Amino acid sequence: MANFETVEVNTDLLIIGGGMSACGAAVEAAYWAKKHNVKVTLVDKAAVDRSGAVAMGLSAINQYVDLTSGKNTVKDYVDYVRNDLMGITREDLVANIARHVDSSVHLFEKWGLPIWKDEEGNYVHEGRWQLMINGESYKVVVAEAAKNALGVENIIERVFVVEPLLDGDKISGAVGFSVRENKFYVFKAKAVIIAAGGAVHVFKPRSSGEGLGRAWYPPWNSGSSAYFTIKAGAEMTCQEVRFIPVRFKDAYGPVGAWFLLFKSRATSALGGEYMVERKDELENWLPYGKVKPIPANLRNWLGMMDVMDGKGPIYMRTEEAIQKLAEEYKDDPKGYKKKMKQLEEEAWEDFLDMTISQALLWAATNIFPEERPSEIAAAEPYFIGSHSGASGAWVSGPKDLAPAEYFWGYANMTTVKGLFAAGDASGASSHKFSSGSHAEGRIAAKAAIEYIVKENPTHKYNDAEIAALKERILKPLDLYQQHHKETTDPNINPNYIRPKMFMFRLQKIMDEYAGGVSSQFKTSKPLLEKGLELLAFLKEDSEKLAAENLHELMRCWENVHRMWQAEAHIRTILFREETRWPGYYFRADTPKIDNEKWEKFVNLTYDRNTDQWNVFTRDIIHIF
Amino acid sequence: MPSFVIVEKCDGCKALDKTACQYICPNDLMVLNKDLMKAYNIEPEMCWECYNCVKICPTQAIEIRGYADFVPLGAQVTPMRSSDSIMWTVKFRNGTLKRFKFPIRTTPEGTAVPDGGWATSDDDLSSPYLFTEPASLKTDDLWKKQ
Ligand SMILES: Cc1cc2nc3c(=O)[nH]c(=O)nc-3n(C[C@H](O)[C@H](O)[C@H](O)COP(=O)(O)OP(=O)(O)OC[C@H]3O[C@@H](n4cnc5c(N)ncnc54)[C@H](O)[C@@H]3O)c2cc1C
Ligand code: SF4
Ligand code: SF4
Repeated sequence: MANFETVEVNTDLLIIGGGMSACGAAVEAAYWAKKHNVKVTLVDKAAVDRSGAVAMGLSAINQYVDLTSGKNTVKDYVDYVRNDLMGITREDLVANIARHVDSSVHLFEKWGLPIWKDEEGNYVHEGRWQLMINGESYKVVVAEAAKNALGVENIIERVFVVEPLLDGDKISGAVGFSVRENKFYVFKAKAVIIAAGGAVHVFKPRSSGEGLGRAWYPPWNSGSSAYFTIKAGAEMTCQEVRFIPVRFKDAYGPVGAWFLLFKSRATSALGGEYMVERKDELENWLPYGKVKPIPANLRNWLGMMDVMDGKGPIYMRTEEAIQKLAEEYKDDPKGYKKKMKQLEEEAWEDFLDMTISQALLWAATNIFPEERPSEIAAAEPYFIGSHSGASGAWVSGPKDLAPAEYFWGYANMTTVKGLFAAGDASGASSHKFSSGSHAEGRIAAKAAIEYIVKENPTHKYNDAEIAALKERILKPLDLYQQHHKETTDPNINPNYIRPKMFMFRLQKIMDEYAGGVSSQFKTSKPLLEKGLELLAFLKEDSEKLAAENLHELMRCWENVHRMWQAEAHIRTILFREETRWPGYYFRADTPKIDNEKWEKFVNLTYDRNTDQWNVFTRDIIHIF
Repeated sequence: MPSFVIVEKCDGCKALDKTACQYICPNDLMVLNKDLMKAYNIEPEMCWECYNCVKICPTQAIEIRGYADFVPLGAQVTPMRSSDSIMWTVKFRNGTLKRFKFPIRTTPEGTAVPDGGWATSDDDLSSPYLFTEPASLKTDDLWKKQ
């Protein structure tokens, strides 16, 4: 076996991940930990300053409920989320985040995040719930507070967490490896918060050459949260609720500024506006077809119908929007110039703060938005429970809000004792975005410390089991060493598969059988069953993954994590015999929404002792 | 190529205790070739073009060339990041230049105080209030159903 030192880290609370929710967890945990003499450790596969989905920055805070102004209530936010998700939402979780999120936003501002203000000193909104920010350093600022709270000595960077450790029905830690030096890490903890983001590259991306990495979702979040919770035996929810954003085509730049600030329309190549022309289609998706704002997946769906009818490309009509503005100001050329300059800056900042590739693509194709429109398109499917998808672990609600069925002792604890989840890792609580994920991390951290203090769990560790895990996790390095000299090209060898090709195989299965881009997001029972059959071979071959170095070892395990996310997804879509989110996926054999039978959560568990999956429904309980 | 390193400009971060680009890349792509003391992107097709390596490089040795499979050649987007603002230069394929400057933070680097100066909580581990609440909520009313 590869010669790796084993490093043991003994702590009380282990936070896995260093993104928005993990940084929220760190700030909150540090406060309570000090009072109760609890040790907290955070581990991230990257550098906390720039890790996770906010690594590049963001141009908006997407969740601010603004409770102090009295304009909105927590119920308003819950209504918005429930409707956008076609009724499938844990109201207790969404309400809990909504009542705390403003607190996180007010902290961000104090820490140094520039939030736009109007002349009266009020925050500038992009939409009802969104605040405009100068967000290039959003993550840096949030990470700085987390580091200052926890102390850098309690933060371990560049360690990739692979597997949970369990003691019976309780979590007892995690194992992983350093991607910088030959070290195997064993974390022993009383409680664990998993906050390792969502997943991309489970499905084949539209771009598969050099632009493979330019998915909307960052290529470094690879389904570790889902894997960790599934393998720990935690009940999972909404594994079918993937997210497909419609963005500027290929570079996936944000469309928000164009729709909201410029009031631009989206039309087919023939000039028709699908949101108007296809209004009647919304009747097929009641009651959600009639709500305002129209759910994201239904907006997607109307555009997709144009594409399927051969009416593409679909365009954001930037030239028309600017022309309209010019007309508004036709008697005030100076005012027009000023307004245009301001809007131009805002539109470019929207790209430069969070999708710089889009600025590069516009510059490379000489796009001047006042002259011609730009293409928009549906991206490939992603798993991001914090945004407009909903996949994640099934967690306890808070004591004062959750109905008995949704409460088991500690807020945000999964069904595994001591294992908490936040951000993309916790399900059925969409639309928390960057700010809500931070707030949810805080909620989970306080509850985790309460769990540690009240229960003071002790764990037994099985050294033989840990040694076996070490051997299994390092095996790709051994396989490579053993065989790579047997062929003239180490890439092609009958004894192993390298992680990139493994990923391509997974992506091809998902794309063609589980409703990816090439199949126009359509699937069916026979297709899904075939997909599962092919996934079974892939799973067997995962034992033959080979890695030349530490970087590639990480790639091996990232792709194993993706594979488990894929299987949970297929099994859930297969179980739900209806089409509820037509703009996310369409089940051709059950093409209609069936509220009577399926207005329910579909949950699933995996039993590591029997290697069995169990898929079942849970009732939706309204608290409003 | 997404991120690429200009041979002449990269000095392998000799003056630092660790290679800046390797330290920051969220996808573990930047590696130092120790023989040449030059960095390179080991997996360009896994690059998100997040520009973090570009922004952090002390010698401005890293640039981005748009993904060749869908971005025509000839454009350039270049950041200059200081401690409180960022200046972007966007060069179009046809030569047009645009410049934008945006603030990035309102406080000096390193000074984020965890509680943000808000009064901290009542010490009750089982209350629904988080450590800076209710102060940081700017309302005492944590839970009102309507
Ligand atoms: C393109 C894009 C645009 C967005 N725009 C906005 C916006 O404008 N406004 C807004 O409010 N929100 C926006 N969001 C949503 C927001 O970014 C997410 O909701 C938020 O980042 C989720 O937080 P998280 O902590 O769950 O995950 P992340 O912030 O992604 O953090 C995940 C962390 O886990 C670490 N990790 C992953 N795997 C492992 C492992 N195996 N071991 C150790 N560490 C691991 C990663 O390094 C990272 O630190 C956007 C998201 C995307 C992708
Ligand atoms: S940060 Fe710049 S100078 Fe330092 S190793 Fe990387 S490319 Fe070279
Ligand atoms: S642009 Fe981002 S993803 Fe690409 S190499 Fe640089 S830091 Fe890494």
